[in-house]
Amino acid sequence: MTMTVTQAVITVGIVIAGTVFTRFISYIAFPEGKKIPPFILYLGKVLGPAVFGLLVVYCFRNTDFLTSFADGGTHGIPELTGLLVTCGTFRKSRSMMLAMALGTAAYMVLLQAVF
Amino acid sequence: MELKAAFPKTIPVLAGYLFLGITYGILAVTSGLPAWMPVLTALVVYTGSMEFLLVSILLAPFNPFSVLATTLMVGARHIFYGLAMLTKYRGTGKAKFYLIYTTSDETFALNCDAVIPKGMSKAKYYFWVSFLDQMYWVAGAALGAFSGSYITFRTEGLDFVMTAMFLCIFQNQWLRDRDLLRQKNGSKTTWRKLFPAHAGELTGVFCSLVCLLIFGAERFIIPSMILILAVLAAGRKRIEPAVDGLQKGEKS
Repeated sequence: MTMTVTQAVITVGIVIAGTVFTRFISYIAFPEGKKIPPFILYLGKVLGPAVFGLLVVYCFRNTDFLTSFADGGTHGIPELTGLLVTCGTFRKSRSMMLAMALGTAAYMVLLQAVF
Repeated sequence: MELKAAFPKTIPVLAGYLFLGITYGILAVTSGLPAWMPVLTALVVYTGSMEFLLVSILLAPFNPFSVLATTLMVGARHIFYGLAMLTKYRGTGKAKFYLIYTTSDETFALNCDAVIPKGMSKAKYYFWVSFLDQMYWVAGAALGAFSGSYITFRTEGLDFVMTAMFLCIFQNQWLRDRDLLRQKNGSKTTWRKLFPAHAGELTGVFCSLVCLLIFGAERFIIPSMILILAVLAAGRKRIEPAVDGLQKGEKS
């Protein structure tokens, strides 16, 4: 760790505070008996899927498609394979566990054994 | 009684959380963090996606402001879980604080979806689902953290499991919307109906990709959130009737 123990404790504390804030804010803003504005209800319905779209892009943000094989690049082949295996398995089985296990295994094999 | 009803519903989470928790414990320890750290964060932070990011955050130089921004960004969806559970968690008394504190993706999904059997206390039922899920996660993290040193296979690339988790949840939402759309329209789905029905998913992916290309990997999240909000607000007239129409179709 490059951080001191105090810095690590502060960092974890900030993560706890931020998480607690996001979990409690709705209940604080709309206590029992108070009506929720229609626009907020609408956002509640559509923002969930949008956030997961953002998170998927976030996970692939550092994928390098351009560096050539000669320079140690992979053209994103492990990432794309992992994605296809995960999504294909999930589509067929609808089992999150199986899809995650196979997708991760495919990614690890390509990363460690091939590239 | 409530425990007996709740436990079977949590079995998929038991499997998922043990697997993910062990992965998290191993990832944290092999990244160079002390073994107590993943167990402690599993218990008190208890939000899988953020904990995986926390590993790399703890190994990077100290930067409290960016940590806070990332936490709020990744945790932003909890605000909407809160909105969805507002009425369900009403009147749960002493358990309410704990229920809100432990609203993970999976616990939210189970409790939001739950039909409380007649004669049972909904507060106790929600409590057992939340408590069992949290214990699975902590147990997994502890197993990974303390037995990780006995695991000799190469763990390079194991962090892809987080990507896979988000891919599955994203795809699950897409397939659910698609099934509803098909139920309503038969298999003939026109392109014009595709966007309003998948507005959330499409907006999320395309706005993020555009911002990633413009702003780069390190600073695209805040612009993405703003762009997503703007697109969803601007498209409300077209999107809301389609989404409400689908959800009504689901009930009937």
